[in-house]
Amino acid sequence: MLAAKVVIDEGVHVEGLNFFTGFCVEGHTHAIRSSDAHKPKRNNALWVAEQLGIKLHIVDISDEYKDIVLNPKHGYGAHLNPCLDCKIFMVNRALAWGFMRDNGFDFIITGEVVGQRPKSQRKDTMPLIARESGADDRLLRPLTALNLPPSLPEREGWVNREHLYGFHGRNRKPQIELAHRFGFTEYSQPAGGCCFLTDEKYSAKLADLWHARGERDYSLDDIMLLKVGRHLRPEKHFKLIVGRDDGENNFLEGYRKRFVHLRTVSHEGPLTLIDGTPNANDLDLAARLAARYSQGRDADAVVVTAHHPNGVVEQFAVAPFPAHRIPAAWHV
Amino acid sequence: MSESARDRSIDVLDARGLICPLPVIRTQQRIESLADGALLDVLATDPGTLHDVPAWCRVHGHEVVETHRNGRDIRVRVRVRRAI
Repeated sequence: MLAAKVVIDEGVHVEGLNFFTGFCVEGHTHAIRSSDAHKPKRNNALWVAEQLGIKLHIVDISDEYKDIVLNPKHGYGAHLNPCLDCKIFMVNRALAWGFMRDNGFDFIITGEVVGQRPKSQRKDTMPLIARESGADDRLLRPLTALNLPPSLPEREGWVNREHLYGFHGRNRKPQIELAHRFGFTEYSQPAGGCCFLTDEKYSAKLADLWHARGERDYSLDDIMLLKVGRHLRPEKHFKLIVGRDDGENNFLEGYRKRFVHLRTVSHEGPLTLIDGTPNANDLDLAARLAARYSQGRDADAVVVTAHHPNGVVEQFAVAPFPAHRIPAAWHV
Repeated sequence: MSESARDRSIDVLDARGLICPLPVIRTQQRIESLADGALLDVLATDPGTLHDVPAWCRVHGHEVVETHRNGRDIRVRVRVRRAI
Protein backbone atom coordinates (compact mmCIF):
# COMPACT_ATOMS: atom_id res chain seq x y z
CA MET A 1 0.00 0.00 0.00
CA LEU A 2 2.76 2.45 1.02
CA ALA A 3 5.09 1.50 -1.84
CA ALA A 4 2.30 1.96 -4.37
CA LYS A 5 1.29 5.28 -2.84
CA VAL A 6 4.87 6.60 -3.03
CA VAL A 7 5.00 5.83 -6.75
CA ILE A 8 1.45 7.06 -7.47
CA ASP A 9 2.49 10.38 -5.92
CA GLU A 10 5.27 10.55 -8.51
CA GLY A 11 2.54 10.76 -11.15
CA VAL A 12 2.97 7.17 -12.32
CA HIS A 13 -0.02 5.04 -13.39
CA VAL A 14 -0.05 2.05 -11.05
CA GLU A 15 -2.21 -1.09 -11.07
CA GLY A 16 -2.16 -3.80 -8.43
CA LEU A 17 -1.56 -7.52 -8.78
CA ASN A 18 -2.62 -9.96 -6.12
CA PHE A 19 -1.62 -13.60 -6.53
CA PHE A 20 -3.84 -16.43 -5.33
CA THR A 21 -1.65 -19.39 -4.37
CA GLY A 22 -4.24 -21.43 -2.48
CA PHE A 23 -2.29 -20.90 0.74
CA CYS A 24 -3.56 -17.38 1.40
CA VAL A 25 -4.77 -17.00 4.97
CA GLU A 26 -6.90 -14.00 4.30
CA GLY A 27 -10.56 -14.56 3.71
CA HIS A 28 -10.66 -18.33 3.86
CA THR A 29 -10.56 -19.04 7.56
CA HIS A 30 -12.62 -15.94 8.22
CA ALA A 31 -15.20 -17.15 5.74
CA ILE A 32 -15.30 -20.63 7.21
CA ARG A 33 -15.07 -20.41 10.98
CA SER A 34 -18.12 -19.29 12.94
CA SER A 35 -15.82 -17.85 15.62
CA ASP A 36 -14.46 -15.44 13.01
CA ALA A 37 -17.93 -14.26 11.99
CA HIS A 38 -17.29 -10.84 13.55
CA LYS A 39 -14.18 -10.25 11.44
CA PRO A 40 -14.60 -8.18 8.28
CA LYS A 41 -15.10 -10.40 5.23
CA ARG A 42 -13.32 -7.99 2.95
CA ASN A 43 -10.38 -8.85 0.74
CA ASN A 44 -7.57 -6.61 1.96
CA ALA A 45 -5.91 -6.29 -1.44
CA LEU A 46 -9.16 -5.02 -2.94
CA TRP A 47 -9.67 -2.74 0.01
CA VAL A 48 -6.19 -1.27 -0.46
CA ALA A 49 -6.84 -0.80 -4.19
CA GLU A 50 -9.97 1.15 -3.36
CA GLN A 51 -8.11 3.35 -0.89
CA LEU A 52 -5.48 4.08 -3.52
CA GLY A 53 -7.98 4.45 -6.38
CA ILE A 54 -6.19 1.89 -8.55
CA LYS A 55 -7.27 -1.23 -10.41
CA LEU A 56 -6.44 -4.58 -8.83
CA HIS A 57 -6.08 -7.81 -10.77
CA ILE A 58 -6.31 -11.05 -8.81
CA VAL A 59 -4.30 -13.73 -10.58
CA ASP A 60 -4.84 -17.42 -9.91
CA ILE A 61 -1.40 -19.03 -9.84
CA SER A 62 -2.41 -21.99 -7.69
CA ASP A 63 -1.57 -24.59 -10.36
CA GLU A 64 1.89 -23.31 -11.27
CA TYR A 65 2.66 -22.48 -7.66
CA LYS A 66 2.67 -26.17 -6.81
CA ASP A 67 6.11 -26.55 -8.34
CA ILE A 68 7.39 -23.74 -6.10
CA VAL A 69 6.04 -25.47 -2.99
CA LEU A 70 7.25 -28.94 -3.97
CA ASN A 71 10.64 -28.05 -5.44
CA PRO A 72 11.95 -24.77 -4.05
CA LYS A 73 15.37 -24.14 -5.54
CA HIS A 74 16.36 -22.01 -2.56
CA GLY A 75 14.79 -24.25 0.07
CA TYR A 76 12.25 -23.66 2.78
CA GLY A 77 12.09 -21.18 5.64
CA ALA A 78 11.27 -22.26 9.18
CA HIS A 79 8.40 -24.45 7.93
CA LEU A 80 7.27 -25.35 4.41
CA ASN A 81 7.45 -21.73 3.28
CA PRO A 82 9.50 -21.33 0.10
CA CYS A 83 9.66 -17.54 0.57
CA LEU A 84 12.59 -16.76 -1.70
CA ASP A 85 11.38 -18.89 -4.60
CA CYS A 86 7.89 -17.50 -4.03
CA LYS A 87 9.09 -13.90 -4.36
CA ILE A 88 11.10 -14.71 -7.48
CA PHE A 89 8.11 -16.48 -9.02
CA MET A 90 5.66 -13.68 -8.24
CA VAL A 91 7.92 -10.92 -9.55
CA ASN A 92 8.45 -13.01 -12.68
CA ARG A 93 4.69 -13.43 -13.09
CA ALA A 94 4.18 -9.71 -12.54
CA LEU A 95 6.78 -9.04 -15.20
CA ALA A 96 5.05 -11.36 -17.67
CA TRP A 97 1.63 -9.94 -16.83
CA GLY A 98 2.72 -6.34 -17.09
CA PHE A 99 4.59 -6.66 -20.34
CA MET A 100 2.03 -8.91 -22.01
CA ARG A 101 -0.68 -6.26 -21.57
CA ASP A 102 -1.50 -4.22 -24.65
CA ASN A 103 -0.49 -0.93 -23.11
CA GLY A 104 2.53 -2.38 -21.33
CA PHE A 105 3.96 -1.45 -17.97
CA ASP A 106 7.49 -0.17 -17.51
CA PHE A 107 8.43 -1.46 -14.08
CA ILE A 108 7.34 -3.42 -11.05
CA ILE A 109 6.91 -2.13 -7.50
CA THR A 110 7.06 -4.22 -4.34
CA GLY A 111 6.86 -3.19 -0.71
CA GLU A 112 9.96 -5.13 0.33
CA VAL A 113 12.35 -3.65 2.89
CA VAL A 114 15.97 -4.76 3.37
CA GLY A 115 16.30 -6.78 6.57
CA GLN A 116 12.57 -7.07 7.19
CA ARG A 117 12.30 -10.80 6.62
CA PRO A 118 14.95 -13.38 7.46
CA LYS A 119 15.12 -15.09 4.07
CA SER A 120 13.55 -13.19 1.23
CA GLN A 121 14.29 -9.62 2.29
CA ARG A 122 17.99 -9.61 3.04
CA LYS A 123 20.59 -7.34 1.48
CA ASP A 124 22.00 -10.32 -0.42
CA THR A 125 18.73 -11.95 -1.47
CA MET A 126 16.92 -8.89 -2.75
CA PRO A 127 19.24 -8.48 -5.78
CA LEU A 128 18.88 -12.23 -6.34
CA ILE A 129 15.10 -11.83 -6.61
CA ALA A 130 15.56 -9.05 -9.16
CA ARG A 131 18.02 -11.14 -11.15
CA GLU A 132 16.33 -14.55 -11.08
CA SER A 133 12.85 -13.14 -11.73
CA GLY A 134 14.14 -11.51 -14.90
CA ALA A 135 12.96 -8.09 -13.73
CA ASP A 136 16.53 -6.90 -13.02
CA ASP A 137 16.56 -3.12 -12.65
CA ARG A 138 12.89 -2.85 -13.58
CA LEU A 139 12.10 -3.89 -10.00
CA LEU A 140 11.67 -0.88 -7.72
CA ARG A 141 11.35 -1.13 -3.95
CA PRO A 142 10.37 2.43 -3.04
CA LEU A 143 10.45 1.92 0.73
CA THR A 144 14.05 0.71 0.81
CA ALA A 145 15.40 2.08 -2.50
CA LEU A 146 18.07 4.18 -0.83
CA ASN A 147 19.71 0.99 0.43
CA LEU A 148 19.97 -0.39 -3.10
CA PRO A 149 21.57 0.74 -6.36
CA PRO A 150 19.36 3.07 -8.46
CA SER A 151 16.85 1.11 -10.52
CA LEU A 152 15.82 1.89 -14.10
CA PRO A 153 12.80 4.04 -13.12
CA GLU A 154 15.08 6.12 -10.89
CA ARG A 155 17.81 6.47 -13.53
CA GLU A 156 15.27 7.36 -16.22
CA GLY A 157 13.67 9.96 -13.95
CA TRP A 158 10.27 8.25 -13.99
CA VAL A 159 10.44 8.52 -10.20
CA ASN A 160 12.62 10.86 -8.21
CA ARG A 161 15.08 8.89 -6.05
CA GLU A 162 15.06 11.72 -3.54
CA HIS A 163 11.38 10.99 -2.89
CA LEU A 164 12.06 7.35 -2.04
CA TYR A 165 12.97 5.83 1.33
CA GLY A 166 15.76 3.94 3.02
CA PHE A 167 13.83 1.85 5.52
CA HIS A 168 15.60 -1.25 6.79
CA GLY A 169 15.22 -3.89 9.45
CA ARG A 170 12.26 -5.38 11.22
CA ASN A 171 11.13 -2.21 12.95
CA ARG A 172 7.83 -1.11 11.39
CA LYS A 173 7.73 2.31 13.04
CA PRO A 174 8.93 4.19 9.91
CA GLN A 175 6.23 2.52 7.82
CA ILE A 176 3.58 3.32 10.41
CA GLU A 177 4.74 6.95 10.52
CA LEU A 178 4.63 7.13 6.73
CA ALA A 179 1.13 5.65 6.73
CA HIS A 180 0.02 8.40 9.11
CA ARG A 181 1.70 11.01 6.94
CA PHE A 182 -0.30 9.71 3.97
CA GLY A 183 -3.45 9.91 6.09
CA PHE A 184 -3.96 6.14 6.25
CA THR A 185 -5.62 5.43 9.58
CA GLU A 186 -6.28 1.79 8.77
CA TYR A 187 -3.90 -0.65 7.13
CA SER A 188 -3.52 -4.39 6.90
CA GLN A 189 -1.48 -6.33 9.41
CA PRO A 190 2.25 -5.94 8.79
CA ALA A 191 3.96 -8.88 7.09
CA GLY A 192 3.90 -12.52 8.05
CA GLY A 193 0.69 -14.35 8.73
CA CYS A 194 -0.59 -13.97 5.18
CA CYS A 195 0.50 -17.41 4.00
CA PHE A 196 -0.45 -20.71 5.63
CA LEU A 197 2.93 -22.18 4.70
CA THR A 198 4.56 -20.02 7.38
CA ASP A 199 2.29 -21.63 9.96
CA GLU A 200 3.88 -24.49 11.89
CA LYS A 201 0.65 -26.45 12.40
CA TYR A 202 -0.46 -26.07 8.80
CA SER A 203 2.94 -27.14 7.49
CA ALA A 204 2.79 -30.20 9.76
CA LYS A 205 -0.57 -31.14 8.24
CA LEU A 206 0.80 -30.78 4.72
CA ALA A 207 3.85 -32.87 5.59
CA ASP A 208 1.54 -35.49 7.12
CA LEU A 209 -0.50 -35.58 3.91
CA TRP A 210 2.61 -36.21 1.83
CA HIS A 211 3.87 -38.88 4.24
CA ALA A 212 0.53 -40.71 4.31
CA ARG A 213 0.17 -40.71 0.53
CA GLY A 214 3.78 -41.59 -0.08
CA GLU A 215 4.28 -38.70 -2.49
CA ARG A 216 4.80 -34.98 -2.34
CA ASP A 217 1.77 -33.69 -4.19
CA TYR A 218 -1.51 -31.92 -3.47
CA SER A 219 -4.68 -30.65 -5.06
CA LEU A 220 -6.38 -27.33 -4.36
CA ASP A 221 -9.05 -29.20 -2.39
CA ASP A 222 -6.35 -30.88 -0.28
CA ILE A 223 -4.84 -27.59 0.80
CA MET A 224 -8.24 -26.03 1.42
CA LEU A 225 -9.24 -28.92 3.67
CA LEU A 226 -5.99 -28.58 5.64
CA LYS A 227 -7.26 -25.17 6.74
CA VAL A 228 -10.44 -26.57 8.20
CA GLY A 229 -11.38 -28.77 11.14
CA ARG A 230 -9.63 -31.00 13.61
CA HIS A 231 -7.41 -33.55 11.83
CA LEU A 232 -6.80 -36.94 13.48
CA ARG A 233 -4.80 -39.70 11.88
CA PRO A 234 -5.15 -43.01 13.77
CA GLU A 235 -3.53 -44.96 10.91
CA LYS A 236 -1.38 -44.04 7.95
CA HIS A 237 -4.12 -45.02 5.50
CA PHE A 238 -6.88 -42.78 6.82
CA LYS A 239 -7.53 -39.61 8.76
CA LEU A 240 -10.57 -37.84 10.12
CA ILE A 241 -11.44 -34.22 9.49
CA VAL A 242 -13.90 -33.14 12.18
CA GLY A 243 -15.75 -29.83 11.92
CA ARG A 244 -15.20 -27.60 14.93
CA ASP A 245 -18.23 -25.36 14.54
CA ASP A 246 -21.22 -24.73 12.29
CA GLY A 247 -19.14 -22.70 9.84
CA GLU A 248 -16.66 -25.53 9.36
CA ASN A 249 -19.43 -28.13 9.18
CA ASN A 250 -21.07 -26.11 6.40
CA PHE A 251 -17.78 -25.93 4.53
CA LEU A 252 -17.16 -29.67 4.91
CA GLU A 253 -20.70 -30.37 3.62
CA GLY A 254 -19.45 -29.22 0.24
CA TYR A 255 -17.00 -32.16 0.19
CA ARG A 256 -19.21 -34.89 1.68
CA LYS A 257 -20.03 -36.58 -1.63
CA ARG A 258 -16.34 -37.22 -2.33
CA PHE A 259 -15.49 -38.77 1.03
CA VAL A 260 -16.83 -41.39 3.38
CA HIS A 261 -18.44 -39.16 5.99
CA LEU A 262 -19.90 -39.68 9.42
CA ARG A 263 -22.89 -38.12 11.16
CA THR A 264 -23.99 -38.63 14.73
CA VAL A 265 -27.69 -39.44 14.65
CA SER A 266 -28.70 -39.86 18.28
CA HIS A 267 -26.92 -36.72 19.44
CA GLU A 268 -25.95 -33.45 17.84
CA GLY A 269 -22.45 -33.54 16.50
CA PRO A 270 -20.04 -32.38 13.85
CA LEU A 271 -19.73 -33.60 10.29
CA THR A 272 -16.67 -35.84 9.97
CA LEU A 273 -14.95 -36.61 6.67
CA ILE A 274 -12.66 -39.60 6.32
CA ASP A 275 -9.76 -39.04 3.97
CA GLY A 276 -8.20 -42.33 2.88
CA THR A 277 -9.28 -45.95 2.62
CA PRO A 278 -10.81 -47.07 5.92
CA ASN A 279 -11.75 -50.74 6.45
CA ALA A 280 -14.61 -51.96 8.64
CA ASN A 281 -12.56 -51.80 11.84
CA ASP A 282 -11.34 -48.33 10.93
CA LEU A 283 -14.93 -47.18 10.44
CA ASP A 284 -15.83 -48.41 13.91
CA LEU A 285 -12.91 -46.50 15.40
CA ALA A 286 -13.78 -43.42 13.34
CA ALA A 287 -17.39 -43.60 14.53
CA ARG A 288 -16.21 -43.75 18.15
CA LEU A 289 -14.02 -40.72 17.56
CA ALA A 290 -16.86 -38.81 15.86
CA ALA A 291 -19.05 -39.68 18.86
CA ARG A 292 -16.42 -38.25 21.19
CA TYR A 293 -16.82 -34.85 19.53
CA SER A 294 -20.64 -34.98 19.67
CA GLN A 295 -23.04 -33.94 22.40
CA GLY A 296 -23.17 -37.62 23.33
CA ARG A 297 -19.53 -37.74 24.39
CA ASP A 298 -20.56 -38.82 27.93
CA ALA A 299 -23.32 -41.20 26.83
CA ASP A 300 -22.98 -44.99 26.91
CA ALA A 301 -23.68 -45.21 23.20
CA VAL A 302 -24.04 -42.86 20.26
CA VAL A 303 -25.64 -43.81 16.96
CA VAL A 304 -23.44 -42.86 14.03
CA THR A 305 -24.10 -43.24 10.32
CA ALA A 306 -21.32 -43.74 7.78
CA HIS A 307 -22.16 -42.48 4.30
CA HIS A 308 -20.14 -43.88 1.40
CA PRO A 309 -19.68 -42.02 -1.89
CA ASN A 310 -21.55 -44.85 -3.67
CA GLY A 311 -24.69 -44.07 -1.63
CA VAL A 312 -24.37 -46.96 0.86
CA VAL A 313 -25.17 -45.94 4.43
CA GLU A 314 -24.10 -47.98 7.46
CA GLN A 315 -25.28 -47.41 11.00
CA PHE A 316 -23.33 -48.09 14.20
CA ALA A 317 -24.12 -47.75 17.89
CA VAL A 318 -20.76 -47.05 19.46
CA ALA A 319 -19.24 -46.08 22.78
CA PRO A 320 -17.63 -42.65 22.44
CA PHE A 321 -13.83 -42.82 22.45
CA PRO A 322 -12.63 -41.43 25.81
CA ALA A 323 -10.94 -38.09 25.25
CA HIS A 324 -8.00 -38.95 27.51
CA ARG A 325 -7.28 -42.09 25.50
CA ILE A 326 -6.82 -40.30 22.18
CA PRO A 327 -3.05 -40.43 21.63
CA ALA A 328 -1.48 -37.02 21.10
CA ALA A 329 0.25 -38.43 18.01
CA TRP A 330 -3.14 -38.85 16.29
CA HIS A 331 -3.65 -35.08 16.29
CA VAL A 332 -2.06 -33.85 13.09
CA MET B 1 -37.99 -6.20 -23.53
CA SER B 2 -40.08 -8.48 -21.31
CA GLU B 3 -38.73 -9.64 -17.96
CA SER B 4 -38.31 -13.24 -19.19
CA ALA B 5 -36.46 -12.11 -22.32
CA ARG B 6 -34.21 -9.98 -20.18
CA ASP B 7 -33.59 -12.92 -17.82
CA ARG B 8 -32.55 -15.10 -20.73
CA SER B 9 -29.87 -12.57 -21.63
CA ILE B 10 -28.25 -12.71 -18.19
CA ASP B 11 -25.08 -14.75 -18.04
CA VAL B 12 -24.77 -16.88 -14.90
CA LEU B 13 -21.56 -17.73 -13.06
CA ASP B 14 -21.95 -20.50 -10.49
CA ALA B 15 -19.32 -19.88 -7.80
CA ARG B 16 -21.21 -21.70 -5.05
CA GLY B 17 -18.96 -23.67 -2.74
CA LEU B 18 -15.92 -21.56 -3.65
CA ILE B 19 -14.19 -19.47 -1.04
CA CYS B 20 -12.98 -15.95 -1.68
CA PRO B 21 -11.08 -14.84 -3.62
CA LEU B 22 -12.09 -17.58 -6.06
CA PRO B 23 -15.57 -16.12 -6.77
CA VAL B 24 -13.84 -12.81 -7.57
CA ILE B 25 -11.27 -14.52 -9.81
CA ARG B 26 -14.01 -16.39 -11.67
CA THR B 27 -16.02 -13.15 -12.04
CA GLN B 28 -12.94 -11.38 -13.38
CA GLN B 29 -12.31 -14.17 -15.89
CA ARG B 30 -15.94 -14.31 -17.06
CA ILE B 31 -16.28 -10.56 -17.45
CA GLU B 32 -13.23 -10.51 -19.74
CA SER B 33 -15.36 -12.24 -22.37
CA LEU B 34 -18.51 -10.10 -21.91
CA ALA B 35 -19.41 -7.00 -23.85
CA ASP B 36 -20.22 -3.56 -22.51
CA GLY B 37 -23.71 -3.57 -20.99
CA ALA B 38 -23.88 -7.35 -20.50
CA LEU B 39 -25.38 -8.64 -17.27
CA LEU B 40 -23.79 -11.32 -15.14
CA ASP B 41 -25.31 -13.06 -12.13
CA VAL B 42 -22.65 -14.36 -9.75
CA LEU B 43 -24.03 -17.14 -7.54
CA ALA B 44 -22.00 -17.85 -4.41
CA THR B 45 -22.15 -19.17 -0.88
CA ASP B 46 -19.12 -17.44 0.67
CA PRO B 47 -20.38 -14.34 2.52
CA GLY B 48 -17.14 -12.58 1.51
CA THR B 49 -18.54 -12.46 -2.03
CA LEU B 50 -21.00 -9.78 -0.93
CA HIS B 51 -18.04 -7.51 -0.22
CA ASP B 52 -15.39 -8.66 -2.64
CA VAL B 53 -17.30 -8.80 -5.94
CA PRO B 54 -18.77 -5.29 -5.46
CA ALA B 55 -15.30 -4.02 -4.40
CA TRP B 56 -13.71 -5.57 -7.50
CA CYS B 57 -16.47 -4.02 -9.65
CA ARG B 58 -15.88 -0.59 -8.11
CA VAL B 59 -12.15 -0.60 -8.84
CA HIS B 60 -12.75 -1.75 -12.42
CA GLY B 61 -15.72 0.50 -13.12
CA HIS B 62 -18.38 -2.19 -13.50
CA GLU B 63 -21.84 -1.64 -12.04
CA VAL B 64 -23.35 -3.77 -9.29
CA VAL B 65 -27.04 -3.78 -10.15
CA GLU B 66 -28.15 -5.62 -7.02
CA THR B 67 -27.06 -8.03 -4.33
CA HIS B 68 -29.34 -10.64 -2.86
CA ARG B 69 -28.92 -13.11 -0.03
CA ASN B 70 -31.27 -15.92 0.90
CA GLY B 71 -29.77 -17.98 3.71
CA ARG B 72 -26.42 -19.23 2.41
CA ASP B 73 -27.25 -18.44 -1.20
CA ILE B 74 -25.87 -15.19 -2.54
CA ARG B 75 -26.46 -13.54 -5.90
CA VAL B 76 -24.62 -10.47 -7.13
CA ARG B 77 -25.84 -9.02 -10.43
CA VAL B 78 -23.19 -7.09 -12.33
CA ARG B 79 -23.52 -4.94 -15.43
CA VAL B 80 -20.30 -4.88 -17.43
CA ARG B 81 -18.99 -1.40 -18.11
CA ARG B 82 -16.15 -0.84 -20.53
CA ALA B 83 -14.31 2.44 -20.60
CA ILE B 84 -14.72 4.05 -24.04
